[in-house]
Amino acid sequence: MIEFIAGKYNYWIYIILMMIGFYAIIAKGNLIKKIVGINIFQTAVFLFYISISKVKGGTAPIHWDKAVIYDNPLPHVLILTAIVVSVSVTAVALALIIRIHKEYGSIEEDRILRSRREKL
Amino acid sequence: MTEPVLSLTQHIPALLVLVPLLASAIIPFSPARLRRAGGTVALLANAAALALASALAVETFRLGRVTYNFGGWAPPWGIEYAVDPLAAIMLLLVAFVSFAAAVYSRAAAGAEIAHEKLPYYHSAGLLLVSGLSGMIITGDVFNLYVFLEIASLAGYALIAAGRRRDALVASFNYLILGTIAATFILLGIGYLYMASGTLNIADLRERLPHIYHTKTVLTAFAFLMVGFSIKTALFPLHIWLPDAYTYAPSPASALLAAAGTKVGVYAMLRVTYTVFRPEFNASVVPMKTILLVLSSAAIIYGAVMAIAQKDIKRMLAWSSVSQIGYIVLGAAIASQYSLTGSLLHMINHALMKAALFMCAGLMLISTGAEKISDLRGAAARMPLTMAAFTAAAVSMTGIPPTLGFMSKWHIALGAVEAGLWAVVPVVLAGSLLTGIYFWKVIEPAYFAAPPEGHIPSGRGQAPDTPAPFWAAAPAAALAGLGVLLGLAAWTPAAGAARAAGELLLK
Repeated sequence: MIEFIAGKYNYWIYIILMMIGFYAIIAKGNLIKKIVGINIFQTAVFLFYISISKVKGGTAPIHWDKAVIYDNPLPHVLILTAIVVSVSVTAVALALIIRIHKEYGSIEEDRILRSRREKL
Repeated sequence: MTEPVLSLTQHIPALLVLVPLLASAIIPFSPARLRRAGGTVALLANAAALALASALAVETFRLGRVTYNFGGWAPPWGIEYAVDPLAAIMLLLVAFVSFAAAVYSRAAAGAEIAHEKLPYYHSAGLLLVSGLSGMIITGDVFNLYVFLEIASLAGYALIAAGRRRDALVASFNYLILGTIAATFILLGIGYLYMASGTLNIADLRERLPHIYHTKTVLTAFAFLMVGFSIKTALFPLHIWLPDAYTYAPSPASALLAAAGTKVGVYAMLRVTYTVFRPEFNASVVPMKTILLVLSSAAIIYGAVMAIAQKDIKRMLAWSSVSQIGYIVLGAAIASQYSLTGSLLHMINHALMKAALFMCAGLMLISTGAEKISDLRGAAARMPLTMAAFTAAAVSMTGIPPTLGFMSKWHIALGAVEAGLWAVVPVVLAGSLLTGIYFWKVIEPAYFAAPPEGHIPSGRGQAPDTPAPFWAAAPAAALAGLGVLLGLAAWTPAAGAARAAGELLLK
């Protein structure tokens, strides 16, 4: 049991982080907090990628005379791309929130919904 | 790629993605005078993409398969672009629909989008086309994720360009769900890589069968399927779609409904049939049963919701939920006939839904009609628009001899062939319900007298203005094409779809 938890701790960390992010996306009414949630959610997946690239006894994948084994650099590269994507999503989301604030005067989900319902 | 030839034809697969991408970058950063010509630049870039896609389709059907190694790196180390007949058909479809949308946008997008924002709208449209083409053409799963996000980001921007403030909330909701979907897909790709050590689709296909029963591969499959189901808006993950398509500007709705969701389904097909083999779905996971149930529910629920709508565009959006059900149903049955039907329905739905959303835009421009009740007697005031709407509606319903009949007929035949009798009534009932919600629009437009002193919901008492010709032309052309493709049905289109389906099942 302890082996199961401690031996695979990288998965536990990513799952817990991911669920924290998911909870924030669903439960928080503030749009900015939802975006924070999205960021935690994505970062959890990034950590998952990075953790699977680790090779036991491996060094950073940079050429070095004393190194025998290197970590797998491919997931690192993939995650660099994914981080760029994540930043773009955050930027678009924040831009939308600014526009929403201008139009509705609030970034609280329930007040936006109320304002939409009154209009109808 | 041994000899470094500077021949353009060799680089068609790369150019197909790069031309719209570069054009979309040029428009917002060019000087103001050029920026005003954004619509023309977008039109030219789309025309170029259409020409490239046509050339590539001819080449693909001649050779069977065209591949392109990016930067000259051979797969599985480099990123490979791989085009088989199915991809060629999809690329042509996306290029064609986006060209039609560009013709419309250049003439009439100004009616729904503020003038100073138009260049950015055209730029986002091109970015969407580039992302979608990339998703279709790529032979690398991680590259697929990157293109998916490019297309999604462009989609969020296009939806937010709508003229009502509700468009912003619709776009934000789609952004949240779309990002969750994309992150699931990223996670699925991570698990695939962890299990197999490769990202190349052809390579994955070779390596995965040995490890089909491992939990890692099953997890990867589950994440990928849920992710793509959100992206295609498969019931019950469709909740973002009705608001997004209702509040987006009409040409953007046309582009997203026609090309966006189709490419989502295409990616799903690629994962289930190319990355994983058909045997995987048959023997390891009960994917067929799950998809049959969900898509049948989508067909009926989407159609019933469409009947209940008062807003024209919202009705069309719910209709999309229902029609996506048909496409997934055909793919889930996974027989020769049903896959042909599914592919034909992708073509049919792309052309017709684009025409219908353009018609909705034209109705708004010429009479200010947004609600179905505004359309009483409208056929006399806008004969061409209503004729195009009716033709597209007929093909969508599946009345012979249109393309829609061909596609639904094939899906029903496939269901019979596979012994899935329970699905046949769903196909027929869905078609009947489709007829009902379109008749709700067509009947008052043609047979009701225009009401006195009625103020359309879309704007105040502004007088009727004729829609620009170049906005009406693409809608009419798309609708006409649906009828023509159906008339000439045992045709190149059906033959090509059959060939593509056959390859997929192998």
